[in-house]
Amino acid sequence: MTVKIVIGLDGTDTGERALAFAKDLASRMEACELLAVYIIEWSPFTFQTAEENEQRHKRREEEINLARTRIVDPAVAALKAAGFNASGLVRHGDVAETLNKLTVENGGSQIIVGRTSADGFTKRIFGSATQNLVMHADVPVTVVG
Amino acid sequence: MKNISKLWLLAMAAAMTAGPLAAQEAVSIDQRVNEVFANVTGPFVSLIFAPFPGTSFPWIVMWLVIAASVFTVYFGFVQFRFFKHSIQLVKGDYSDPNDAGEVSHFQALATALSGTVGLGNIAGVAVAVGIGGPGATFWMILAGLLGMASKFTECTLGVKYRNEYPDGTVSGGPMYYISKGFDELGLPGGKILAVLFSVFCILGALGGGNMFQANQAHAQITQITGEFPGWITGIIFAGVVFAVIVGGIKSIANVTEKIVPFMGILYVGAALVILLVNYDMIGWAFGQIFAGAFTGLGVAGGFVGALIQGFKRAAFSNEAGVGSAAIAHSAVKTKEPITEGFVSLLEPLIDTVVICTMTALVIVISQQLIIDPVTGNYLLNESATAIATVDGNSGVSLTSAAFASGISWFPYVLAIAVVLFAFSTMISWSYYGLKAWTYLFGEGKTKELVFKIIFCVFIVIGAAASLGPVIDFSDAAIFAMAVVNIFCLYFLMKVVKTELFSYASRLKSGEIKKFSH
Repeated sequence: MTVKIVIGLDGTDTGERALAFAKDLASRMEACELLAVYIIEWSPFTFQTAEENEQRHKRREEEINLARTRIVDPAVAALKAAGFNASGLVRHGDVAETLNKLTVENGGSQIIVGRTSADGFTKRIFGSATQNLVMHADVPVTVVG
Repeated sequence: MKNISKLWLLAMAAAMTAGPLAAQEAVSIDQRVNEVFANVTGPFVSLIFAPFPGTSFPWIVMWLVIAASVFTVYFGFVQFRFFKHSIQLVKGDYSDPNDAGEVSHFQALATALSGTVGLGNIAGVAVAVGIGGPGATFWMILAGLLGMASKFTECTLGVKYRNEYPDGTVSGGPMYYISKGFDELGLPGGKILAVLFSVFCILGALGGGNMFQANQAHAQITQITGEFPGWITGIIFAGVVFAVIVGGIKSIANVTEKIVPFMGILYVGAALVILLVNYDMIGWAFGQIFAGAFTGLGVAGGFVGALIQGFKRAAFSNEAGVGSAAIAHSAVKTKEPITEGFVSLLEPLIDTVVICTMTALVIVISQQLIIDPVTGNYLLNESATAIATVDGNSGVSLTSAAFASGISWFPYVLAIAVVLFAFSTMISWSYYGLKAWTYLFGEGKTKELVFKIIFCVFIVIGAAASLGPVIDFSDAAIFAMAVVNIFCLYFLMKVVKTELFSYASRLKSGEIKKFSH
């Protein structure tokens, strides 16, 4: 049976370490599929100017394109080059919530993420995306330091 | 960037060097601006506010109320039947998760609200209650409830007929639904009416969306700092607005957009605190509102005076039927234009029924309006045009004094709120005005720059002129938009009805489903 592992990328070194760990883990399994996911932090409940709204669709496409070309596509290409069965996804939303949801929707059996990248005030008040994921995920989560 | 910095420095320098020696001359500049402005705008104002022959009732007020009533009945009291559904839409219950990152219903509503919630709720209500008495509040609430249907109609059309460009940007508003909608229905004159609307929209942007804001922001600032010439405030405001809309310093606008909602919550919170402290007077205040609504309680023009003021200020505050909201709402991501109509109907509710009523209750409870102890009626001022107030306050200073009677330091918070509200409304209206401008003259950097400079010049004029001519021109310009918009909505409302029937039946059958989030 094929095991699907979801890797949460964030464009930083910790994301890279999560990717390396997932490769290591997958290489020890017989049939494993890797799904590299990048979530663009976004909330439908923010306040924007009319001009921002007018441009929003265009900006969204640009954001998705940027995340794909700079982060997800190179990661997927590297995984494929290493002989893994890999694919990638980019979505907007709350990082922890969306990563968990995509994992469940795609039949992922576990999530691998890097240690938190948020710091300071935001982290103290709201917790980091990783903390929230660990607390609310429906599948096992591995946090790579 | 350098030029903007220079302009900003010049504005600051002008403000700082305007000492007592310059004050006398400056005041005369204000007077000159006021005289010229009043003379130029007089005929336009008289036309818009012309009364029905033989009465003192302005035809334009009736125009708005009849339209809101017609839409309410025509759509079967849509504002009440679909109220719960509107809330669900704002919560995102029906939003496709695959559209995450696009403009949500909440965002479109919040953007539109930031253009309407502002001085209309603070200063406008004080003007209404100051002239029309507490009874004006009753008519204001009624107009707000009816206005929900007008907003529903125009915002549905705004999304349905918006322009979507190849690069993904969108432009919508009455000028688009009038021209495209009339064409679709085979009606003549769509283009001409769209042009007419655009002209009035530009005037509205310069009046209510600009001069009134600058004027009342200056009035509020002088309450704290003491008198100084209005053109100084005007130049500073114009400098900041210029930096945002011309210089592209979006961070100022972004920060404002994020602070303004919290100022709104703070404002309503402060009003609630005052009402709770004076809870024993709430019943009396509502008594005054109801009694005043049907008797006038001695105000100029009796109960008709109260009614006119209530309706006028509600329309000015929530802009239902004016068409401006349709521009703001049209950027939403939805496959069903009518969903934005449902969401938009919450706007007059929040703006007028909730926030304006709060202001009115605080003014009434604070007893800033002087009552004759013998008759129980309100006393009029010397010129018999408005109710006499404790310190002769009117407009935003009346609201400020009312809040100060409950929370002594609140005028300082209110001053910041007023400045921020004024600023955010100006930014919103500069966008609405620009959309109308580009509809008329086409897009292009130079053309857009011309409008933006005119917009900034009017900020200075608005801050320098006195309240009377400014408020008259602002009202007239905004209502002129409603003349064209509502006329066209009567022809286009059947399009909305078709959408409503189709959507309601699909919602009932379960074809339109909630998404699990």
